This record gives sequence, structure tokens and C-alpha cells, in this order.
Amino acid sequence: MMRLRCSVFAVWILALASTPLWGDNYIVHLAITIAMYSTLAISWNFIGGFAGYPSFATSAFFGLGCYVGALTQRAGLPVSAAWLCATAGVGIFAGLFGLIILRLRGHYFAIASFGLVEVLRLVISSSDSLTGGGDGLNVPLFHGGPDFVARIFLAVMVGIMVIAFAVSILVDRSRLGFGLRCIEQNEDAADMVGIDTTRYKIVAFVLSAMFCGTVGGAYASWTGYIDPTDAFDAIMTIKTPVMCMLGGVGTVLGPVAGSASFLLLEEFFWSHFLAYNRAILGAVIVIIIFFLPGGLLGIADGKGPRASFRRSLGRWLKGGPVAVP
Amino acid sequence: MTAIIELNGVSKSFGGIRALRDVSFTIDQGEIVGLIGPNGAGKTTLVNVMTGVTGATAGQVIFCGANVTAQRPYQAARRGIARTFQVVQPFPRMTVLENVMAGALFGGADREVNVRRAADIAREQLEFTELAALADKPAGSLTIAGRKRLELAKSLAMQPKLLMLDEVNAGLNSTEIDRALALVRKISERGVTILLIEHLMKVILSLAQRVLVLHQGELVAQGDPVAMVNDRRVIEAYLGEKFARRYQEGATGA
Ligand SMILES: Nc1ncnc2c1ncn2[C@@H]1O[C@H](COP(=O)(O)OP(=O)(O)O)[C@@H](O)[C@H]1O
Ligand SMILES: [Mg+2]
Repeated sequence: MMRLRCSVFAVWILALASTPLWGDNYIVHLAITIAMYSTLAISWNFIGGFAGYPSFATSAFFGLGCYVGALTQRAGLPVSAAWLCATAGVGIFAGLFGLIILRLRGHYFAIASFGLVEVLRLVISSSDSLTGGGDGLNVPLFHGGPDFVARIFLAVMVGIMVIAFAVSILVDRSRLGFGLRCIEQNEDAADMVGIDTTRYKIVAFVLSAMFCGTVGGAYASWTGYIDPTDAFDAIMTIKTPVMCMLGGVGTVLGPVAGSASFLLLEEFFWSHFLAYNRAILGAVIVIIIFFLPGGLLGIADGKGPRASFRRSLGRWLKGGPVAVP
Repeated sequence: MTAIIELNGVSKSFGGIRALRDVSFTIDQGEIVGLIGPNGAGKTTLVNVMTGVTGATAGQVIFCGANVTAQRPYQAARRGIARTFQVVQPFPRMTVLENVMAGALFGGADREVNVRRAADIAREQLEFTELAALADKPAGSLTIAGRKRLELAKSLAMQPKLLMLDEVNAGLNSTEIDRALALVRKISERGVTILLIEHLMKVILSLAQRVLVLHQGELVAQGDPVAMVNDRRVIEAYLGEKFARRYQEGATGA
């Protein structure tokens, strides 16, 4: 099973990484975006999937990564060092913030994590002297033609995605992953069985933040310009968990499958029904919540979409809870 | 005999409710001690204080010579104090095997168990508790009796020094109770010290070597099980004073 998952992932990585060989610039651009979102989704899965804490902090970590990367690069650090700073800085930030907010459970945690995005955007917008405020920041651009730069960033984003995936496989098979799943199912029982739940949740939260920071730093270097609205994007912070739910929450491959299918679907709608593009996010959310509690991988696991759909529909008609995984 | 756990003047109040009042006792290594008392006497609260689920308002809990009054539940589990819940607490969407693995992976003193070793330990405990046939079923699908057994298996996988069973027999039929009785006896034979919270006198009389009686948060009596069952204060606690007098008069008159 694990070998199958890794093979599927490897084939997908090859497909993304080889886009410059067979696709135009537009396709390469799409591949970079997919790799970026895959990393965000894999990251979210540590806290939202394994530990079952529904986080909306993705954009906070991504945005903070953008700014740490941009500022350290402007201060003269080489690009790769700037990205490492973004990773470490965001990880430490998440650890400190986690100490406070991981005492909250369920809805309270979700709202607090969403609040973090808004607060950081406000703070960054109003610290003009350091961050350029609402006017944004220029980041030193890469030398070379657009094709060359696109290839570099494709390699970088896919590389980060592979690392994040490898870490999630390690976590999945370790005591850490086991403990997080216990917390997801019954936190009090997890505590009684000997799991230091606070420490485990903080580790999961830090893991969910670090790679968002790396990706943010890389994104800032890629686009060459960031501003608070772009960096702390409220849509991104909702899209990421939706992608995980679409693919299958708490599984290693789910976030990858979810982000790929979501973005490809979005592309399709962009090109065919431009006006309705925003509506698809809403539609996907509704469909998953009502009819696909296990995500796409839940279907692949052999329960069958029809059976799952019919069961959910039946419950819905009876007025009971619909999405019971 | 050396004491494994010792309570010194433990009290616990919830707002105005004094759930435990100045409770002191010791349990020796290897003993099976019964804890009885009517509903609301504070039995579950006592177990909660001993495992760090709720903090004591006053007093001390000493486990293996160390003051553990302020411990958190996961620390209690790692020291070797395990307990089952009156209201069972499984990981519902994990399999029975995985539930027991959780106990083996994280509980128990001074051990670093990896996932594979935990699976071996869990399988042993499932054999021991006669749950092996259900190993791959989701825990949420078990019957009440099955879930109580699972709680036991999970606690045993923690390889505890002290095991506290909070009404493991409540809701079971008499065949299931007999199986549970045999199981508790087997656990004790492995050298585990047991604190048994129980309503059924039959269970207490056949298992416990000593009985503690809790009434309105106070430890009103302790001693030999047969003596306790016939003790006036105990009968009072259970039946009320008037009935107790009548019961006693009937007993001596006959
Ligand atoms: N978390 C709590 N908050 C408030 N009161 C509680 C709490 N837990 C127990 N109590 C009260 O403490 C008393 C003892 O309860 P408990 O320990 O559950 O009794 P027993 O297990 O002997 O039936 C009861 O009066 C109960 O209402
Ligand atoms: Mg009770």
C-alpha cells in the first residue's frame, strides 16, 4: 500500500517536473502553482488532518514566509538562506502562537487561526517603514529569461513539495503520527493513554507552518513583488483545507490528489466559464461536505462513490448528519 | 508489604460540592482493593484525582514514593498508573488492535516502544482479553461488553503497576460479569495492583482482599470485605439509617 502510494506520487512528480519539456509557459506556470498548493495542503494535513484541528492559518504562515523571505533577501542574504530563514522564522512563530491557541478546541481554534491571518495582514500593512505597508515590497529578481526563471522555480516548488511529502510519510508511520491520530479521535483518551497532547499538537502545528513559510519565501522571489493583500490571502486560507477534504483528510496522498484536482478543475472553469469561477469553490465545498466525507481517496479505497453518495443522501433526506466519515 | 500508592488528606471541591473530604489510605503492592459507596459518593472523582484528570483541592498523592499530586494524566500513564473509564473512551474509528497499540506505544514507565513492537504487545493483550477475533474491527462497532474489554486491553498494554477499574461490570449481563471476574483475577496474578470500583457485592466479595467505603466524599470505613458488608456504617451508607437499623435487628434477631 505504502509502495503504491509512493509510486503514484513519483509519477505525478515526474509529470509536474517535465512540463517544460512538453508544455508551454502557461502549463509550466500551472505546474508551479500546483506544486505550491500541494505543499500548503500537505502542511495543513499535519494539524487539520492528523490531529483533527481545523486550522485556517495557512495564509498567515505563507504571508509571513513571503515577508521574512523578502526582507532577509533585501537585507543582503542569498536567496537560499532567505528561504531557510522564512522556514525557521515561521516555524518558531507557529510554535509560540501554538502554545496559546492550541488550548482551544474545535470552532474556537478555527476562528482564532483565521483571526491570525487578519491580524498579521493589519500589522504588516501598518508597519510602513519596515514592510512598505500597503504599497508592498520589491524583491530582487532572478537573472535570466522568463523560461529559465520558470524552470528554476518549478524545480524549487516541486523540490519543497517532495520534502514535505517525505516528512508526512515519516510522520504517518511514526509514533508522532499515531499519537496525532489518537488526539483527533479522542483527546481525553489520548491524554490518559500517555500522550503529551499539548506537545504533540504544537509539533503538528509547527510542521503545518514550516513548509508554508518556505513556499512563501520562494513565492516572493518568484513574483518579485509582494503586498499584504496578496500575501495574506483569505481565499487561500480556505482553499487549502478544502483541497485536503476533496482529496481525503488525514491520508498522505489526499492533499496531493485534492490540490491537483481542485486546481485542474479551477483551470477548466476559468477557461470555459470565466464568470462562474468563484462559484466553483463554493460548489466543491458543498459537494464534499454533503456527499464525500472521505474525499476522492475515500472513493478509491473501494467503498464506491455511489454507495457513499447514496448513504449520505439518505441521511440528508432524513435530516440527520450527512458527512459521517 | 510496601505501599504502591498513598493518599494523605485528599480533598476535592467543585464549587460548593465537597466531592472528597480528607481522604487518606494506602494500597500495597499486589493487592486487590475494592472501593464501594453509593452513587455520587466520590469514587470516580477519587480516581480522577489519582490520575491527574482533576487536581486535588488539598492533600497529597504519593505513588512509589514520589509526590505526584500535580501530575497530568499522560504523566500518570507513563508512571504506570492506568485506569478504565466508567464511560468508555475508545478511539472510535481506529481498529481494536490500534486502540490497544496506543496503550503500548505511549503508556507505561521508562519505555520507548516503536510501532512494530507495540503491535506485538497489543496482539498479546488481545489474546489475553479474548478480543483477538475482533482485532481488525473498528472500536466503535463493539458491544458494551466488548468496549469494556477493550478498555481493559488498552490499559493492560500500558503495562501498569496500578490499575484502577471504574465500574467495568456496569451494564454487563451475568455471563459477561463472570468472564470479567476471571479476567481481573488473571490480571492480578500477573502482579498488577488493582483498585476495583464496584457496585456488585458479589464481585467485591469474590475478588477484593480489602475494601474502602466512601460515603458523601468521606472514607467512612475500611477493612475485610465480609466485615465491611456487614458493617453498620456501610449498610447505612447504602440503605439509609432507618433501613440499616431494621436490617441489623433482623439479622441479630434471627
Ligand atoms: N466535574 C465535576 N463538576 C462538578 N461536580 C462534579 C464533577 N465531577 C463530580 N462531581 C460531583 O462530585 C460528586 C461525586 O461524584 P462522582 O465522583 O462521580 O461519584 P461516584 O463515582 O461515586 O458515583 C457528585 O456530587 C458529583 O455531582
Ligand atoms: Mg462513578
